[in-house]
Parts: sequence; structure tokens; C-alpha cells
Amino acid sequence: MTGLLSMEQRLVLRLSLIAIAAVLIQVTAVSQITIFRATADVLPLVCAAVGLLLGSTSGAMFGFGLGLLTDTASYETVGLSSLAYLGVGFAAGRMRELRDPQAPSTPMVAGAAATLVVIAATGIMRFLLGMGLPLSPALLREVASTLVLNALISLPVFGLIRRLLAPVSPDDPPRRRRSYTTGGLSPLTRV
Amino acid sequence: MYDKTIRRRRAVLVLLVAASLILITASFGSGNSGPVGAVQRGIGTVISPIQDGVSRALSPIRDLFGWIGDSVTATGQLDDAKKDRDRWQAAAVAAQADTRRVKELEKLLELRDTPTNVEAYAPVTGRVTGRSTSLWNSQIIINKGTDDGVRPDMPVVAADTGDGAGLVGKVSSATGGSAVVTLLTNSAMSVGAKTLDGKTSGDLKPRGGDPQDLVLSSAKLAPSAAVGTIIVTAGTVSRRADLASLYPSDLPIGRISKIDDPGSETELAHVRPFVKLRDIEYIQVLTRPTAEAVR
Repeated sequence: MTGLLSMEQRLVLRLSLIAIAAVLIQVTAVSQITIFRATADVLPLVCAAVGLLLGSTSGAMFGFGLGLLTDTASYETVGLSSLAYLGVGFAAGRMRELRDPQAPSTPMVAGAAATLVVIAATGIMRFLLGMGLPLSPALLREVASTLVLNALISLPVFGLIRRLLAPVSPDDPPRRRRSYTTGGLSPLTRV
Repeated sequence: MYDKTIRRRRAVLVLLVAASLILITASFGSGNSGPVGAVQRGIGTVISPIQDGVSRALSPIRDLFGWIGDSVTATGQLDDAKKDRDRWQAAAVAAQADTRRVKELEKLLELRDTPTNVEAYAPVTGRVTGRSTSLWNSQIIINKGTDDGVRPDMPVVAADTGDGAGLVGKVSSATGGSAVVTLLTNSAMSVGAKTLDGKTSGDLKPRGGDPQDLVLSSAKLAPSAAVGTIIVTAGTVSRRADLASLYPSDLPIGRISKIDDPGSETELAHVRPFVKLRDIEYIQVLTRPTAEAVR
């Protein structure tokens, strides 16, 4: 069957399966496991990993779909997670395209940052929608514990996603190895 | 070529952001009854058996982590449990005598018997198949829905994996085979509650996202309300049918854990729920919760 599909279609298929599996595992299992009074959240990690591996556009689209699935499966306000995750996927992809980080700790840093962005973004959006923002020291401790937990599991999650996407990843995804300028092209290209 | 890539990237980003904002507006504006809610319920109906299956398949993993966590914390709880046992033993002896006296008085006054266990409220037992992924929203998904008689606003009781048992929340929406239960710690929740002796009553609300801390906002705590006092649901206090409480009276909720500024105008009782809301595996939906229904 996979022989009938192009590389791009196989990539989309694989990304869809990863998103569905990640949401189901998160909603039915991971969110119900409490460690140090906190629960891990693999979804920001998966989203950041896809962005880091495939670039900003793919990361944003994957994040949007992942958020849509998450909100649907957990009966949340549809669109909240989509907005947060598409931001995470896009930012992770841009980080790869602009800086191309090679440090072994990159998935940990990206995973922790992605988790923080998702928690903060969904919290702010809920507050703006008048849905309440129950801030307290206990909750901030929980956020900190979740960040640490997520940072710890980000390496295996990143490794798993890279392994799953390796056979269908484009050989040379778009990236630039120079520092970011104001968005314009190099003066040499204008000539 | 590079310009085209940039334009495409920006177009995709703008399109996705716009789509998200439209979805948020549609979903939030119309709630569960709107088209987005209907689609969400439809998809929920389809995926709830899958969720149930995955939840069952992954339960050994959850149990393993739960066992590790329980083993770490159980040692510290043993002494507390022994003290609790001694206190409850003494209370049980006194309660037996009280029960006998109450029955005699009820007979004397021709009062109707009020059920003291949940069996009278036609409980439907379900399993927790999912949990909200957001830190900000305390809700769980269960594998019972409208096909089993579960409807929105029905109260939900549970026992955690330890010894706690009591009210945990209410059904907020239901599909054919699944339902969403909003937990007591959700910022949208408020439950009419009272002390077991009925001398202090108020609204029980969550406190800043801490799953083990609720507050009883009351005009004034009675002298009998002290640390350790049991808090139960107040039930319906109005004679008007349209003001009936969602919750039957005397369902256990928790125990007063501390009192801020005791004796002052700003005193506030903190209540620790009997059920650890993160450790719930099975729940019971009370499908006949009104007092009238059980009489």
C-alpha cells in the first residue's frame, strides 16, 4: 500500500497516526499518572519534536491538527489548543531553520519551552474568554513539576518521533545556517 | 524561490491562526449546543469506544506508576490512618446509639425516611477513560452516557484508589456512550455544603487550582465547625422546585483541614476532599438525584 503513496502522502499519513496515538495516550493514560503531584504532558513535546525535525510550516500544520484532536477528545473549547500548539510547532521549526541547533540538550530545552508556552497560552486564552484562571502557589508548583517531568521525558519522546519520521522525512528540509536578519534576502541575491 | 517559500510560510501561519480563532469563537460562543459542539459530540461518540479500549489496555502501566507512587507515600500515611481508625471506631459506637434514637423519633413524628446511601439515587457505575490534558480545566471523561441514563447536571460520587469516598463533581455533557464530568476543583464549580450537624452552611468552591483544597464561603462558622469537621452536601434548602439543588443532601465531600483567621469576619474554612481527585478510576453517576424522586 505504501508503494502507491508518494513520499509526501506517506509523511502526512504518518504524522496523522502520530497525532492520533499521542492524543489517545495522553488523554487515556499519561494524564492519569501522577508523579511528584504533577502529570506529564507529551503533546507539547511531540509538537516541538515535529517542528524541530520538519520545519516551521509542517510544525505549524501538525500543531494545529494536534490541538484540534486534543480539544475534541478531551471536550475542551475547540481551537484553544490548536492556537497554542501551532505556535509551538511553528516556533520549534523556525528555531531549526534559523539556528539549526545541534546540542544534545536541544530537545530538553525545546520541550520545556514548548510546555511552558502551551500552559501559559491556554491559561491566558481561558482568562481572556472569562473561563477563570485559578492561579495559586500550589498550581505554580504543579507547573514547575510538569516542566521538570516534561524536560526529563523529552529526550525519549524526541528520539521516538525522529525514528518514526526518519523513513519519510524530506532529505533536505529548508534551513538557513546563518543568523536571522530582518527578514530580507542577502544583498547578493538582489543583484 | 526563497520569496515564495517565505510567502507560503506566512500564508499558512495566517490561515491556521485565523482558523483557530474562528473555531474558538464558534465553540465558545455556542457552547455544547452549537454546530461545533455537535461535531465534537459526534466525534466523541465515535472515539469513546476507542478511548475506552486504549484506557483498558494502558491500565497496567497506570497501575504500575500508581503502585510506585502509593508505596512512596503509604509509609507516611500509616500513622494517620491508625489515628483515623481509632477516632472512627469511637464515632461509630456513638452513631449506632444516635441511629436508634433517630429512628424512634422519626416513628414518633411520622417523618419520612431519608436515604443514607447512594443506592437510593439509582447510581450508574462507570470507569474513567480520559482526563483533561489542560492544567487549567479539571474534568474527566467516563464510559457511561445517555444510553445508560446519564444526563447533564447529574451528581457524581467516587471512591479513589485509597479510602476516600464522596462527591467529586457533576456531569457537564454527555454523548451516547460517554460523558464529561466537571470536578469539584474546576473553577466553574460551586456546591451548596454544610457541616454534618447543619449549623454551618455555605458554598464550596475550588481554591486556586489546588486539587486538595476547597473553601467553604460562609457568612459565619458555627463554634462546632473546627478542623476535622466533616462537610456534606446541603441539598435543597428552598421550597421552590426551580431552586432545587443538583445534589442530594448529606453526600460526604470532605473534612475541614484548616481555618484562616478563626473568629474574625474574614474567617475561611479550607476543606480537603475525601476523594483524591487525581486518583479516581471508577465513579457513580446518581441518575435520580432529587429528594422527591427517592421518597
